[in-house]
Amino acid sequence: MNTINLTLEVWRQSGPAADGGFVTYEANDVAEDMSFLEMLDLVNEQLIATGEEPIEFESDCREGICGTCGVMINGKAHGPEKATATCQLHMRKFDDGDHIVVEPWRATSFPIIKDLAVDRSPLDDIVTAGGFIGVNTGSAPDANLIPVPKETADAAFDAAACIGCGACVAACPNSAAQLFTSAKIQHLNLLPQGQAERWKRTEAMVETMEQFFGSCTNHGECTEACPKEIPLDFIAYTNRDYVKSKIKNRKLAGQS
Amino acid sequence: MIGSLDPRVPDGPVADKWTNHKFDMKLVNPANKRKFEVIVVGTGLAGASAAASLGELGYRVKALTYHDSPRRAHSISAQGGINAAKNYQNDGDSVFRLFYDTVKGGDYRSREANVYRLAEASVDIIDQAVAQGVPFAREYGGLLDNRSFGGAQVSRTFYARGQTGQQLLLGAYSALMRQVAAGTVDLLTRTEMLDLVVEDGRAVGIVTRDLLTGEIASHSAHAVVLATGGYGNVYYLSTNAMACNVTAAWRAHRRGALFANPCYTQIHPTCIPASDEFQSKLTLMSESLRNDGRIWVPRDPDETRMAKDIPEAERYYFLEEKYPAFGNLVPRDVASRNAKTVVDQGLGVGPLKNGVYLDFAVARERDGVESIRAKYGNLFDMYERITGEDPYERPMRIYPAIHYTMGGLWVDYDLMSNVPGLFVLGEANFSDHGANRLGASALMQGLADGYFVLPYTIGNYLAPLLGTNPLPTDHESFRAVNAEVAERTRHWLEIKGTRSVDWFHRELGKICWDNIGMARNSAGLEKALSEIPALREEFHADVRILGGDEGLNTSLEKAGRVSDFFELAELMARDALTREESCGGHFREESQTDEGEALRDDDNFAHSAAWEWTGSDTEPIRHTEALEFENVALTQRSYK
Ligand SMILES: Cc1cc2nc3c(=O)[nH]c(=O)nc-3n(C[C@H](O)[C@H](O)[C@H](O)COP(=O)(O)OP(=O)(O)OC[C@H]3O[C@@H](n4cnc5c(N)ncnc54)[C@H](O)[C@@H]3O)c2cc1C
Ligand code: SF4
Ligand code: FES
Repeated sequence: MNTINLTLEVWRQSGPAADGGFVTYEANDVAEDMSFLEMLDLVNEQLIATGEEPIEFESDCREGICGTCGVMINGKAHGPEKATATCQLHMRKFDDGDHIVVEPWRATSFPIIKDLAVDRSPLDDIVTAGGFIGVNTGSAPDANLIPVPKETADAAFDAAACIGCGACVAACPNSAAQLFTSAKIQHLNLLPQGQAERWKRTEAMVETMEQFFGSCTNHGECTEACPKEIPLDFIAYTNRDYVKSKIKNRKLAGQS
Repeated sequence: MIGSLDPRVPDGPVADKWTNHKFDMKLVNPANKRKFEVIVVGTGLAGASAAASLGELGYRVKALTYHDSPRRAHSISAQGGINAAKNYQNDGDSVFRLFYDTVKGGDYRSREANVYRLAEASVDIIDQAVAQGVPFAREYGGLLDNRSFGGAQVSRTFYARGQTGQQLLLGAYSALMRQVAAGTVDLLTRTEMLDLVVEDGRAVGIVTRDLLTGEIASHSAHAVVLATGGYGNVYYLSTNAMACNVTAAWRAHRRGALFANPCYTQIHPTCIPASDEFQSKLTLMSESLRNDGRIWVPRDPDETRMAKDIPEAERYYFLEEKYPAFGNLVPRDVASRNAKTVVDQGLGVGPLKNGVYLDFAVARERDGVESIRAKYGNLFDMYERITGEDPYERPMRIYPAIHYTMGGLWVDYDLMSNVPGLFVLGEANFSDHGANRLGASALMQGLADGYFVLPYTIGNYLAPLLGTNPLPTDHESFRAVNAEVAERTRHWLEIKGTRSVDWFHRELGKICWDNIGMARNSAGLEKALSEIPALREEFHADVRILGGDEGLNTSLEKAGRVSDFFELAELMARDALTREESCGGHFREESQTDEGEALRDDDNFAHSAAWEWTGSDTEPIRHTEALEFENVALTQRSYK
């Protein structure tokens, strides 16, 4: 089993209102087969053994699908590997003697809870604003009564693959949430089932997003950081839909 | 014991029971629904679908999760698919066939009536999900695609690339958030239920801890619904998400709810073998891989060549040889046990000799690498990421891991536990899967429970309560439980021992895996029954929880969960010891056929065991619910 030794600089902050700062830890005998989070588990075991409070960080599925994990690794959201959530990053991607800086997502809309854990609840607020199709349980027609061309279904799927991790926001110089919001909107806007509420949804979600997050200036850092490689195209579609929604929503209300 | 063990299955032919029951149940009229408050704990597939549907009906719902968002529930990680008896493929599927397969797959240890209803509801789930925008796989004609999945001889599995769970959960989550927006559901995130409050023999509320502030709070309602998932993490290493735990169910058990068949745990055959001691969880790869992958080990235990250099004649395709009809597609338990057998014989592969090969060479030859990539690309990528080995070039290494738990809180036909007012849905209950769950059936069950069963059956319980108010949270019963919860939290912080929670959890996991794992025998189970309480005592005396109870403290959260796992583990061992037969995921070495197959004992064990808690240091009481099979003939499973 190959092992490496590392120096970590980890952001420690005891609570939302406390001042934070970097603390240096030596992580020795890290197996290359470990994931990045298992490496942090190991450091935490050592901290507990010496009586120091473990580093708080969040994770759950540890296989890149729940979107719970996420830290800045040497300034990159989810670390250096493309299309990889923090929990899927393995230590064989690092070299013996590496110096690694570990920070929480940095965005004013994601306040720090403790150490590396942040509050991403504004993402849920965007969904609550309209990220659904209004169909009550029991009222759906037979599934095959709504044929969806495969290409359409695939495009919607590409958007639906977003795991809500917030890396796009953390990577963006403006802390914008355009990629997340567009993924959520386009998943539904592209499907025939999503047409009835398309304009209402777009307007409500975009405007809720704007209450919390910065504006998009097309840097493209979001896609780079995104573990699911959600393409920028969805932002373009959403901008188009948003402009249209302004007109359509008035028409729908009978004020054309 | 609170309540009774009467399953309250409606009369009549199995195919008519649910329809008749829906007609016979009491209704709450639309205007009165808002007079009822319901707590739903858990917002995975089962909880989110239930909370959304109850909200739509007009009930006042409070939904809680310890996650920061409902979208993070463990359901999100289901890969393979969801079954439904749509028969879109015209290959002879039907509600009856799905019912039949599920009862048989469960090794005749489930309740027929519940399973039949599940099969009926399956078709509505697909309709509902598609209407919500769940992007299931489609054919070029625009209609839905299906595949055949683990052990099924028809193509009835709907799937969404390798992320069926995520897409279905996003559907249920969006429905839930729509109700949050509508004001019918009050959603509390990062809130963990730590106890149930029972008054006058009814569930009247819960006590929670706010994971960000540490505040302990009481919540009352007319009914409490638990949809809190399974307990696979009792083994420490499993395919479950890190935080999955049994606390909600276990605390309800300690307050009187019976825990049924805890020894029915499922091992999944296609997981990536552990690489070292610090492995934090195991990763499953969809068993759809078995459709095209062939499982083998070298015949020679001292084999050192690379897989591709080992000639055909020196490979042991153990499943194909032993089970010519089903081959690599035998049910999970059979596939898993056979892998264990060959690894125990020293035939394992990989650096720790702890796996078997899953080889795609033939499929690659036959269909081309692009077809393999199209079907399994994401799984292959995941495998490479974790192991650093390229599965397009060399066979995967796989080994079974704990994956799902069929046992859970006992419920009647209405999904109500023996404690009136306490309903249990999804993986947290014991219904439907018997001793073994078929692939793609857990998503189906969670959503059937939440969308299509509970919304009807809860009305039957609530209707007579019209005009009553929930118990005030300053009532003595709430105050007492609240104080107990606060005391437990203090207890963890005051121990100031020497070892981490994870250390104890790992040790507990080893005892469970070695003795209550894939194969069990009385000596091992007795051993577990003596080792678990000893380790538990040490845990209570020596665990080290640093930090305080205000603010986020993950170790503190884990301490309570691991403590409940200890008590559950003991019950699992006891249940496994008492069930002196092999069935489904429960394999007692003393009970096997000459060919080494699981041997049921229908004369003595055609029942569910539902355990009653009597205290930490006293033996629990075993109650039984007899299982009657009127529609499916009991046969010895044979996949030869
Ligand atoms: C890797 C993997 C792949 C799988 N693939 C498939 C598949 O392809 N097909 C299939 O049918 N099944 C599959 N399964 C099984 C299936 O995913 C689960 O059985 C199912 O999703 C469980 O859903 P649930 O709603 O019951 O629970 P969960 O999704 O586990 O949700 C539990 C919820 O309860 C909450 N909770 C728990 N305890 C508390 C508490 N004390 N206080 C507050 N909240 C609490 C959690 O926050 C969460 O919201 C898979 C399982 C795994 C592990
Ligand atoms: S768009 Fe990508 S980075 Fe942003 S939340 Fe979704 S998955 Fe994460
Ligand atoms: S822990 Fe779930 S995505 Fe990383």
